[in-house]
Amino acid sequence: MTQIAASKPVRRFDYTFSLVGMIALAVILFWAIVAIFAPHLVPYSPGKIVDTDYFGPISSKLWLGSDYLGRDMLSRIIMGARYTLGVALAGVLIASTSGVVLGMAAAVLGGWVDTILSRFMDAMLSIPSKLFGLVVVAAVGSSLPALILTLAFIYAPGSFRFARSLAVNVNTMDFIAVARIRGESTLYLVGAEILPNIIRPVLADFGIRFVFIVLLLSGLSFLGLGVQPPLADWGALVHENIQSLSYASAAVIAPSVAIASLTISVNLLIDNLPRAIRDRSA
Amino acid sequence: MNSEIGSLILRRLGIAMVTLVIVSFAVFFTTNLLPGDTATILLGQAATPEAIAGLRQAMHLNDPAILRFFHWGLGFLTGDLGKSYANNMEISTLIGGRFVNTMELAGLTTIIAVPLALTLGITSAVMRGRLYDRVVSVLTIGVISVPEFVIASTAVLVFAVYLRWLPAISFVNEIHSFSDMLRMYAMPVVTLTFVVSAQIIRMTRAAVIETLDTPYVEMALLKGASRSRMVLRHALPNALGPIVNALALSLSYLIGGVIIVETIFNYPGIAKLMVDAVATRDLPLIQTCAVIFCAGYLILITIADIIAIISNPRLRK
Amino acid sequence: MTNLVEIRNLRVEATTDSGRRIEIIGGVDLDIAKGEIVALIGESGSGKTTIALTLMGYARPGCKITGGSVMVDGSDMAALSEGQRQRIRGTEVAYVPQSAAAAFNPSAKIMDQVIEVTRIHGLMPPAKARLRAIELFRALSLPDPDNIGDRYPHQVSGGQLQRLAAAMALIGDPKLMIFDEPTTALDVTTQIEVLKAFKSVMRAGGIAGVYVSHDLAVVAQIADRIVVLKDGAVQETGTTQDILSTPKHAYTQELLSAFEPKHFEFSGRNEASAAPLLRIENVSSGYGQIQADGLPLVCAVRSVGFDLQKGRNLGIIGESGCGKSTLARTIAGMLPASAGKVLFAGEQMPPAATNRSREQLRQMQIVFQSADTALNPAKPIEDIIGRPLTFYHGMSGKARSKRVDEILDMVRLPKSLRYRHPAELSGGQKQRVNFARALAADPKLIICDEITSALDTVVAAAIIELLKELQRELDLSYIFISHDLSVVKAICDEIVVMYRGEKVEQLTREGIKAPVHPYSKLLFSSVPELDPAWLDNLVLEPDLIRQYGGL
Repeated sequence: MTQIAASKPVRRFDYTFSLVGMIALAVILFWAIVAIFAPHLVPYSPGKIVDTDYFGPISSKLWLGSDYLGRDMLSRIIMGARYTLGVALAGVLIASTSGVVLGMAAAVLGGWVDTILSRFMDAMLSIPSKLFGLVVVAAVGSSLPALILTLAFIYAPGSFRFARSLAVNVNTMDFIAVARIRGESTLYLVGAEILPNIIRPVLADFGIRFVFIVLLLSGLSFLGLGVQPPLADWGALVHENIQSLSYASAAVIAPSVAIASLTISVNLLIDNLPRAIRDRSA
Repeated sequence: MNSEIGSLILRRLGIAMVTLVIVSFAVFFTTNLLPGDTATILLGQAATPEAIAGLRQAMHLNDPAILRFFHWGLGFLTGDLGKSYANNMEISTLIGGRFVNTMELAGLTTIIAVPLALTLGITSAVMRGRLYDRVVSVLTIGVISVPEFVIASTAVLVFAVYLRWLPAISFVNEIHSFSDMLRMYAMPVVTLTFVVSAQIIRMTRAAVIETLDTPYVEMALLKGASRSRMVLRHALPNALGPIVNALALSLSYLIGGVIIVETIFNYPGIAKLMVDAVATRDLPLIQTCAVIFCAGYLILITIADIIAIISNPRLRK
Repeated sequence: MTNLVEIRNLRVEATTDSGRRIEIIGGVDLDIAKGEIVALIGESGSGKTTIALTLMGYARPGCKITGGSVMVDGSDMAALSEGQRQRIRGTEVAYVPQSAAAAFNPSAKIMDQVIEVTRIHGLMPPAKARLRAIELFRALSLPDPDNIGDRYPHQVSGGQLQRLAAAMALIGDPKLMIFDEPTTALDVTTQIEVLKAFKSVMRAGGIAGVYVSHDLAVVAQIADRIVVLKDGAVQETGTTQDILSTPKHAYTQELLSAFEPKHFEFSGRNEASAAPLLRIENVSSGYGQIQADGLPLVCAVRSVGFDLQKGRNLGIIGESGCGKSTLARTIAGMLPASAGKVLFAGEQMPPAATNRSREQLRQMQIVFQSADTALNPAKPIEDIIGRPLTFYHGMSGKARSKRVDEILDMVRLPKSLRYRHPAELSGGQKQRVNFARALAADPKLIICDEITSALDTVVAAAIIELLKELQRELDLSYIFISHDLSVVKAICDEIVVMYRGEKVEQLTREGIKAPVHPYSKLLFSSVPELDPAWLDNLVLEPDLIRQYGGL
């Protein structure tokens, strides 16, 4: 590529979503609404036994059939949305925020702060996440706050590393040097010059991390070590109803489909963001 | 091999050692966070104050954490892994056979998944944008995006419930013939292969695309090289480092996958042992299994990094 | 006699990321006779590289040849199959890329890559190919021709790699060589050797050539005919002599006039006042640990000193690695001096910017080379210019907004630009905003670090004009750092020549015609002029080359 700057302006801004992006966004919004309004949407109370048969078939009364105790599967899935999305969202918010703040601090402050943080985070990252999850759950249990913090702790290092490398990249740019010799404070540099340039990739990373957390949470619940009864997230629903796998009942398929629809949609959305949102950064 | 490479390798090994110590300490520290006294739990009904005090003394539970960590570490290295809380057996006995089982499962998966995934990853990178690439990408994203138990359930539904080719659950003791063994291993291996391949494909494809976009690969084209020559002689040798790295990273997913697969298929391996141990809060067992996994993973990642160092042309003389 | 190359009505389309199709080459005709060297000249975006690549039937990813014919020795490259094209590439038509460093595979030895063409096309056995390669190395004046092939690309210099890339192209005995801006990234002194080497080899073999460049002076040395391009269309063609002496098209005339910047009224400006605005005394700085003598491990600037009077300009010129940019950063306080003093308006400045007062920092501003990295992409122009106003002058609200408009006016940019982001601006516009930001502080001294080096000649000339006007209006002083002598000559009263961290000579504008120090002599005589016979007549003393060459 030539080193000479182009003599013409380069792009027009394009805010349209592709079709795939729009479908993905719709699915995510759908589940968000279900999760928020869950108690008002359930046809039956999720804990109530409504069917004398267990693993009952799909019928007009029970749209997804009944689970291993005869409870309405649809209601349990709607309620489960709350826990899957809620716990995951809380976890990713904590993970991303702490990761980004620490990452930027490490990049800008450098020196021993950077070295210590980076070594620590690298060590944490060298533990496979499911393993880490198992060990921590064994120690601190599976209450909702414990789960949220565990998930956050496992995925914060990845967010740290990503934010740090972005910030280090921006830090070497001339406009940061210009601001520094203007006499600007470090706080201004981080907040007003660096952050706006990394916020968009960081948001994409946020989405990716959300998917990881949903997957880990579901995995832990599937092993019986995540959300505990009487509460149930989608992973726990699969765990409860796994015996019915051999007769392919909705009770075990529906929660799996729910999880897949959420995670695939988030991945697709990130890959199909309109150019304008993806591009505006250093 | 010159001294620069030598010192880089030594440095890398050093970091690996330090990381291993940090990680084992982290595992040790975490498993001992639990409120509730270990001695009390162990003694159960016989928990009188004197008995508790005596047991705590005998188990060195009053020593500072660092000292206990040392004891445990030492024991680990000399083969004394302690006793399981749940059934009071020697952990080393418990782990022995199951470790081998898990290795077999992992080994089989690797032998199948790695060549398959590398081929798919490299070919879809070379044929970027075409239908073949799009199909592979869609399938890969699909597999990566869903939890492993969904892949496993789908495999069970397709192969065991609808097609009835394979049994859903494996019983190690019932192998009488080669075909029995095949049928038993098939489901777990199929599931794990899907999970691990998807990760390898995605990372390999990205690494190869990056080398294909370099100016020197374009230069090879402009010298009249055919596409295959360009890929084999110019792109791949430079993608070797990132690809080996991708293989190492995919191990992380192999470990995660093994945990789920052994549980869902009731496969008697070390991962299932660990999951059961977590359910029963069997701390020594959890500690030991966790450190074995971590150590194995660290060793393989370090080897991958060392290969990357050696294959860096800028260090050659 | 038919031409070796005949391009008729060539059309090339590019597909942008969002799927839009733009025509980047719109109907170009071009002829090249056997043994003739034709230059494709134009600014970036004019399509010259794209056209050159079509001679091999190649289009970069995202581009496609959509019309016309490209006849090379009787075959239409646009219509051939990929397999047929592969046979021609390297054997009949060969390519020397712009960045030779990037075009070599870092993990293979140079010799293997140079003879690869013979292997691909089965032209001769490897042993014979190696001998031929060594012959070519000798013909191209490469050092140690017998052994240089055993090295890896990162072990040789940029100038050597460029010639090795030429050897790689010549080994297939092509009829047509394509040179894609091969000397753009090289120092002037290296450029001369490389140009001479190319010229002699081409003449000796009677090889036809296409030379792509934006630099008229370089092209004048080597091309028989010149084709001027703009926006994917031919503006003018003619022999080198015709184009240089009697350009007919307006754009060609613009290019030529950009080459000779307008005469600056140096008289009638403030004569030297008593105290200099800036004085630096015995300044040294560099990188790495401080050694026993107080100097850093890598001493990039050694004991440099000069004065700058108010209202006058000082140029610092030298080749890459001479320390001029480091000196700029040291004066600005970004890289504190390890020794020596920096005195501004009579008072001594602390070496590090962090220790200087806001007022001291305000009066001395620095403008960097690459506007792409010097402007924050996430901020709109009005914030970029407005921040110094708020920071230094405490302005806000309507007052600030008004001042931003005034400043945009000063740098001749439309007010509507204030809401845009840097990515929406052209290179020249971005550099003006870069400069406007420095102006917003209302400084007395502006240090310009290679601010025109990344710009096209026409755009760069406009920026220099702007600087001159602003100096008159605002009574500014400039320190102008560049490797380009013509730019420095256009605007500076005094010129400091640097070599390897040391100040070698200080000259007035008149003194440039007769430099005293041998390095200055070498440097000034290495700058190509618009005279086609310049290169052939150039006689450089071998002693000078040996001492300062570093090829």
